[in-house]
Amino acid sequence: MNDALQSWGRYPRATQQVIRLRDRFAPLPTLGSHALPRGNGRSYGDVCLDDGGTLLDARGLDRFIAFDPATGVLRCESGMLLGALLDFCAPRGWFLPVVPGTRFVTVGGAIANDVHGKNHHASGSFGCHVLAFELLRSDGRRIACTATENPDWFAATLGGLGLTGLITWVELQLRRVPGAWFDTEAVRFDRLADFFELSEQSARDHEYTVAWVDCTARDAALGRGVFSRGNHAPQPAGERRPRQLRLRIPFTPPFSLVNGASLRAFNALYFHRAPEAVRRASLHYLPWLFPLDGIREWNRMYGPRGFLQYQCVLPPATARYGVAELLERVVASGMGSFLAVLKQFGGTPSRGLLSFPRPGTTLALDFANRGQHTFELLDRLDDVVAQAGGAVYPAKDARMSGQRFRQYFPAWRQFEAFIDPAFSSGFWRRVNQ
Amino acid sequence: MSEQHILVVGATSAIAEAALRLWAARGCTLYLLARDTARSEAIAADLRVRGATAVHTGSLDVADFAAHASAVELACTTLGRVDAALIAHGTLPEQARCEVDENYALREFAVNGTATIALAGLIAQKLEEQGHGTLAVISSVAGDRGRASNYLYGSAKAAVSTYLSGLRQRLHGRGIGVVTIKPGFVDTPMTAAFAKGPLWASPERIAHGIVHAIDERRAVVYLPWFWRGIMAMIRCVPEFVFQRIKL
Repeated sequence: MNDALQSWGRYPRATQQVIRLRDRFAPLPTLGSHALPRGNGRSYGDVCLDDGGTLLDARGLDRFIAFDPATGVLRCESGMLLGALLDFCAPRGWFLPVVPGTRFVTVGGAIANDVHGKNHHASGSFGCHVLAFELLRSDGRRIACTATENPDWFAATLGGLGLTGLITWVELQLRRVPGAWFDTEAVRFDRLADFFELSEQSARDHEYTVAWVDCTARDAALGRGVFSRGNHAPQPAGERRPRQLRLRIPFTPPFSLVNGASLRAFNALYFHRAPEAVRRASLHYLPWLFPLDGIREWNRMYGPRGFLQYQCVLPPATARYGVAELLERVVASGMGSFLAVLKQFGGTPSRGLLSFPRPGTTLALDFANRGQHTFELLDRLDDVVAQAGGAVYPAKDARMSGQRFRQYFPAWRQFEAFIDPAFSSGFWRRVNQ
Repeated sequence: MSEQHILVVGATSAIAEAALRLWAARGCTLYLLARDTARSEAIAADLRVRGATAVHTGSLDVADFAAHASAVELACTTLGRVDAALIAHGTLPEQARCEVDENYALREFAVNGTATIALAGLIAQKLEEQGHGTLAVISSVAGDRGRASNYLYGSAKAAVSTYLSGLRQRLHGRGIGVVTIKPGFVDTPMTAAFAKGPLWASPERIAHGIVHAIDERRAVVYLPWFWRGIMAMIRCVPEFVFQRIKL
């Protein structure tokens, strides 16, 4: 047992035994009380933790199996990092159809959380592009899953939080791209209503859209922010990859660097730095898709107590009112958020039983862990989300109640039948208390 | 040289696999010798996707000395020519068991010492016959001085390092390079049970060092570089002091 592997939010803490997997043909090792497959540990809360149990560290399963450069069908082991995959396919004119905000997640983790990206309104979630995978169960059974072969296992495992078995290999459909560069635009907006307008205007002509929101602005300025949108550049701009920012937070400061003063300063600066008119830029995919990857271990800035992410989605009918209400509650709490992100999801249905992405507006916030105050605020946000008929993202959660979970994910009852009897997670035990 | 032909013994080891990926990205032609053929086939498929011109696999249990010659022969014939060879197999014996179980100790010595020497000799002969090529062998800093915690492993690696030193001298001036690789602590499945500190390096970092050392035809490389200093100091400690230290 050791505490070497934690989640990205560094809350809650867990102690677990770690077994490194290196051979996809090998049967699962003999497990103790309960176990959980683990990718690169970039989920924020406890879906990647198994306190008192065993983590099956899949990062050693990082081999390619086959790639067809004519069709873009790629098969690889589940521990392959999306970043390594992009390093491989982007120079060959292929790209991942969906990427989340960091490239340091594994393919298996991307499936287990059915992740989404800035292009959700155009391309749906990661699971929409998964052609097949193999599931290894603790009883030794190997289940090949596609949308038509074992479709129930396929649907349970997309967004299935690693609980249905170990994903050994994955087959993905990549998409053709001219190069590694993006044509991007950034534009400031002064209030929340403008975000919805910009999203509507941008959805048709821009494959990637996302907005940053100033979480300290109130009253008339509530929901002001910076809207970004972009497309794959039709021509390869420069062959060379840009020099990457190589920053690292070298150690965990004894307290959170994110506090009221630094938040207000950062948010005001970020907002006013953006031009009122549209600013265009040609960007390589690294800074455009993964801006935070430039600062290694940025999660340390929240100090030893870690932080909590809160990402919810509100359906279209209630989104305008609901997002305003959420922001008001955050502003009123004075706790603010460094990285508040708003994004309009599209209509492409997710294919997993427990998939989070669904039509509507998604808001992501993060909060330094200040104990009870933080948890009370998040409960107040949950009240809004539940009433609006929305949902909270398990990959980022460390505290939602079982009652809320069942309300957000009514398919949990069907899902239960697919859980491997030897598998469990901190998250799953928490929402089933 | 455009496209190198490379033979790797112990190809499923973490360090060897990381080095193979670097060579695959260069478009090399590769021959993988390993005991576990299912795993070496999986690695071969990966290397093909990564850009290797061709990847062949062969089966060899290094403890089976009688099989060495034919396995090396087949590898060399298949490759046509061998521009570089890497011997990377190894185990980490339990020192405590070596002290009470002679058969176990000798078996482990054979895998990490004599088998490596036998294979190095065979491959060197092939390189000599073709008149060019570089042989790199993974020894260890553990071979630089015997320590209570792992002196069976250390003595096997010492034998390897000394053998390579002689081999290098013999082949000097004949176009054949011999590279002794001495990694320090590497975070691999072989060392999974150890608590890791700041001196530990990833297999990828070691692999970069190996590929570079072969390109540059270095003689003895410590990986990462700082181990050269550490081991120089450790070798300097007089025996009457050394015997009192717990290492």
